[in-house]
Amino acid sequence: MIKPYYSKEVIKRFTHPKNFGEIKNADAMGKVGNPRCGDNMKLYIKVEKKGGKEIIEDIKFHTLGCAAAIATSDMACDLVKGKTLKEALKIDYKKIIKALGDLPPIKIHCSVLAREGLKAAVGNYYAKRKSQKK
Amino acid sequence: MKKRIYLDYAATTPVDPRVSRAMLPYFSKKFGNTMSLHSFGQEAKLALEKSREEIAGLIGARSEEIIFTSSATESNNLALKGIALANKDRGKHIIISSIEHPCIIESAKWLEEQGVDETKVSSSRFAKARVFEVTRLPVDKYGRVSPGDVKAAMKKGTILVSVIHASNEIGTIQPIQEIGKICKEKGVYFHTDAVQSFGKIPIDVNKMNVDLLSASSHKMYGPKGAALLFVRKGVRIEPILHGGGQETGLRSSTINVPAIVGFAEACETAKREMKRENERIAKLRDKLIKGVLTKIKGAHLNGHPRNRLANNANFWFQFVEGESMVIQLDLMGIAASTGSACSSAKLEPSHVLLAIGLKHQEAHGSLRITLGKWTTEREINYLIKVLPGIVKRLREISGN
Repeated sequence: MIKPYYSKEVIKRFTHPKNFGEIKNADAMGKVGNPRCGDNMKLYIKVEKKGGKEIIEDIKFHTLGCAAAIATSDMACDLVKGKTLKEALKIDYKKIIKALGDLPPIKIHCSVLAREGLKAAVGNYYAKRKSQKK
Repeated sequence: MKKRIYLDYAATTPVDPRVSRAMLPYFSKKFGNTMSLHSFGQEAKLALEKSREEIAGLIGARSEEIIFTSSATESNNLALKGIALANKDRGKHIIISSIEHPCIIESAKWLEEQGVDETKVSSSRFAKARVFEVTRLPVDKYGRVSPGDVKAAMKKGTILVSVIHASNEIGTIQPIQEIGKICKEKGVYFHTDAVQSFGKIPIDVNKMNVDLLSASSHKMYGPKGAALLFVRKGVRIEPILHGGGQETGLRSSTINVPAIVGFAEACETAKREMKRENERIAKLRDKLIKGVLTKIKGAHLNGHPRNRLANNANFWFQFVEGESMVIQLDLMGIAASTGSACSSAKLEPSHVLLAIGLKHQEAHGSLRITLGKWTTEREINYLIKVLPGIVKRLREISGN
């Protein structure tokens, strides 16, 4: 079957992203850029401790990029919301693509950027916590 | 489906119904091969030569100076490679601008990469000497090549200068006549890629001082699959397609008669309607530019404010990415294009926008709107109405 350039889910996420914006009192922020295409992404996370686990209570993004970059950002947020930080780090780009239905081959790097954004945000959280302990 | 608005005429144009009507007999009725001696072949041959004569007449050329090809890419490949190969005994230096279409840039690059010069190999110092050498001329902030730069770049052994007549991306029109004059004085062949200007501004190969000129049918309401290369009589050029010897041996291939008949009809139509149509489109284009620049903060016009094709508007917007604008516009039924890296197969921003001095992130936010024969004021009004909202929403998403 000949597929449209973008899946329905990508278009839906691009036109109606649920998670864009900034968390004012975010616990951490991850900022990543794609040196090749010039897209950039910021992910803000709010972390809550529940029963010894650190859970991503809320996550929002700001993305300057193509429709795929916006859709992958939005999907990545949904995939990790309510998950522990450790679980969030395990999300790989293939999972984001699968959740979006599909991505054109040339846009796979957008999903990689979203994963890098998650890693950066969680990494920023750990770094902040470490410096607070000192 | 709701009504769609096509504003990407620089990519391709719909075929004018008068053109398709002219083509129809040549598919199933007068379908002959122009090389056949029988009546089927001869009526096809007649149509081919009539088309050639018509087009030649429109640009001040002789019939035998028009070589039909299948595409502008082919014409430009033939111009560069054909001239280079036929004239390497005279010299090996080629000058192009930095805002050429990829088919010129890549042809030049290919020539540059061709082997070593046998005459220089004996000396180990020159073991890596290339056969062909290419100079790429810079442009000013509007995308114009300076004729003085052309002159300065010339040296002993320069065989060809190739400068695009009007930019496919930003619409800037080059001082072709002046550059041509310099080439003429220096005895260097001059080629121009006139794909975007052909049918939009008057072309006279003699006034323009060009030795070679490329044009394509599908950018001017003709069918895809027909293009031409004007080759001035006496210019030394080698074919790149070898075979049955069509097009005076310069371009072997069975002649695509229906497409060429359509191309000729499109040229005739353009000649008749060019002036009036240009005035109409330029007004709409100016309205669009004014509307966009006044209604959207951080919007900039790319290319020359006046010296540009009547149908071209090219912008860049701060804090917005071009592909997302194109996708959003498409969802609203409007077809446009962008020079953003995100929309390119190579993930690189437009080399034209970079050449006029835009930064990577500025080219990232570019949007090209190209108008045409069927563009109405209502369509332009609609675009001016919806674009600010699109930019605003995408800026919210980008956090700006």
